[in-house]
Amino acid sequence: MKFSRLVFANLFRKKVRLILTIGSFAVALFLFTFLAVVKSAFSRGTELAGADRLVIINRAGLIQVIPLAYRDKILQIPGVKAVTHNNWFGGVYQDEKNFFPQFVIDVENQRQVMTEMKVPDEQWKNFVNDRQGAVAGATLAKRFGWKVGDRIPLKNALYGPTKTWEFNLDAIYTNDHPGGDESQFWLQWKYFDENIPQVIKGSIGWYVLKLENPDDAVRVAKAIDTGFANSSTETKTETESAFQAGFAKQLGNIEFLILTIGGVVFFTLLLVTGNTMAISVRERTSELAVLKAIGFTDRFVLFFVLAESLVIALIGGLIGLGLAVLAIPVVGVALNGLLPRLILSAAMLSFGLGFALLVGAASGLLPGLGAMRLRVVDALRRV
Amino acid sequence: MAIPVVYNLRSVKARWTSAIVAVIGIAGTVGVFVAMLSLARGFRATLVSSGSEDNAIIMRAGATSEMTGGVGIDSVKILQDAPGIARGADGPLLTAEVVLVAPIPLLSTGTDANVQIRGVSKNVLEIRNKVKIVEGRMFQPGLTEVVVGKNANVSYSGLTVGNTISLGSVKWKVVGVFDAGGSAFDSEIWCDGHLLGPAYNRPDTFFQSVTVHLVSPDALRQLKDAVTSDPRLNVDASREIDYYSKQSTRLTTLITVLGGLVAGIMAIGAVFGALNTMYSAVSERGREIATMRALGFGGPSVVFSFVIEALLISFVGGLIGCIAVLPLNGLTTGAMNLQTFSHMAFAFKITTELLVKGVIFALFMGVLGGLAPAIRAASLPISSALREL
Repeated sequence: MKFSRLVFANLFRKKVRLILTIGSFAVALFLFTFLAVVKSAFSRGTELAGADRLVIINRAGLIQVIPLAYRDKILQIPGVKAVTHNNWFGGVYQDEKNFFPQFVIDVENQRQVMTEMKVPDEQWKNFVNDRQGAVAGATLAKRFGWKVGDRIPLKNALYGPTKTWEFNLDAIYTNDHPGGDESQFWLQWKYFDENIPQVIKGSIGWYVLKLENPDDAVRVAKAIDTGFANSSTETKTETESAFQAGFAKQLGNIEFLILTIGGVVFFTLLLVTGNTMAISVRERTSELAVLKAIGFTDRFVLFFVLAESLVIALIGGLIGLGLAVLAIPVVGVALNGLLPRLILSAAMLSFGLGFALLVGAASGLLPGLGAMRLRVVDALRRV
Repeated sequence: MAIPVVYNLRSVKARWTSAIVAVIGIAGTVGVFVAMLSLARGFRATLVSSGSEDNAIIMRAGATSEMTGGVGIDSVKILQDAPGIARGADGPLLTAEVVLVAPIPLLSTGTDANVQIRGVSKNVLEIRNKVKIVEGRMFQPGLTEVVVGKNANVSYSGLTVGNTISLGSVKWKVVGVFDAGGSAFDSEIWCDGHLLGPAYNRPDTFFQSVTVHLVSPDALRQLKDAVTSDPRLNVDASREIDYYSKQSTRLTTLITVLGGLVAGIMAIGAVFGALNTMYSAVSERGREIATMRALGFGGPSVVFSFVIEALLISFVGGLIGCIAVLPLNGLTTGAMNLQTFSHMAFAFKITTELLVKGVIFALFMGVLGGLAPAIRAASLPISSALREL
């Protein structure tokens, strides 16, 4: 581009202003990316939910239990590939602040249903053979610095008198889905059932089943719920994503909050850059008139102003995204398990950059059009 | 010698387009800052107001919330004679409560929310004396009747007086609405504690928590010592207000950390905007400033004058930001308490203190955005600035 030198020379005319404008872009893009990451962290559970999985809970509510005996009846329904059952353990590790989800799992079937959660075979074998064994997600293990072989005490008041349950960490699981949950803690159903009071033995929190074919979801869900209708424990069967979405909705309207803040940021950014571009064009009215007078076309002048704001937007945008890439893992650690894992995807980065260029073009357009329509005679006379 | 403030007022007026950009940048930042904090405040205030200084909540030792604890009827009988508990017409002011959550659709979205159901004893209104029946009547002990909180009444479907709802295996008649003064109880459904357990196939001899009215706030110590040292009991007592304020920590921390981060980052952007405005104000006014210096105004008074101008702009921005979010005050929204996983309605709470904080935050951004340009203005060489143009 033979005019690139001209564009750059103009950019550096006022260095402080250039730095500040680039800075505003960088800040806005950083914030934009940050909000996008938080929003996706909240909705990820729904997006990653297996399309071929159903969750069965007690119709009376998630905290009510379901009999273990339902398992065989569920397995008889055609189209069901595998069933596993889970309980909420709800123990406390050292301090209440260290919250993480703990699930009591059905060792024989968990891996057939939760196929994306991978445990090395050797470690899994150790876990299965160890009644007090436990499996931790990779993120969770990292959070507390746990290693395989560590002994983990969890204080629990949910089942019988308060006591401390001891577990041996035998395995670490990882999630095949990028950004999938790696913060759970699993323990064995057998050990759990042996150590809880007689009256609640044989009670399941919820079942998760895997379908032969995702298209059967509605039919199988209906078959289960009608099969247990009018029994002592009625069930409610949903796809895993509907189950997760219902849970996420109750968290409050996070999406609206984030979109509102994003809107405020967008509007402010547009004003700041639009204003800067307008000032810098206004200062240069006579120069642009000279350009036109010596034969540059109207369209060139427009292009010239637009190019300048686009370059600012591009540089600012790249800096903002770069900062986001560096800072988001740090923020994730600082939030200490309060939020699901924060992940910055390539799609978000490219969308952010496109967003920056759009703002750059929009803010350069108005002053650019003004410059294009400039009448040489008037402009030269003005100064 | 000080430069009159009128000069700044007039110069902001003369350059209002660029001042407006800085004003909006600061207003947006202050708005987000105040809105996020008021959300956290509202949530906390709702939970904290649920507790009372005069009440103590007794749960299984080590339990972190009502949902994770359990107290058997044997323990309740022992607790009835524990010291420090106030007495009413029919015995000790003690309510042994069954607490569980049931899915009830939200009116706004039609999706299920986890609503907290509380089985209480018949003298509960004497113990939680802030709670008043505002419509219909209290449930009759022994009958399958419920009363609903005023937020539950308008947030969830089917909770109007005269309607029948099903909880567990039993149908319940809604007979009244109670007002618990904007606390978490306003999102709950209350019924007879002896009937709730059996409706969910649970024994009616098992409770989640026991709440008692103390003879005086100081009696907690006495009660706590008595129940923790009794070998027949495995429970702990804490002041109700402490329990509820602890319940709010997880969500409050999340909102405060996220809100603080977002407002902090936005503040950097707003300071950049203010710097840009002030720098262009300084560079456009090179001659003016040099003239003032030549007239005898010293460097410090020029700095002072520009800082005043930046403060003026940021003050207006702060005010606009505060006014823009003011309609949020009292607006009710719902969220899930991350500690009990039950849904609760609460309102944004914008206090004067929060608004003052917002304006101070704006002025702080103004100083950051105005100081460097002001110093540059004061250090312009007079002779060359006067010669310019």
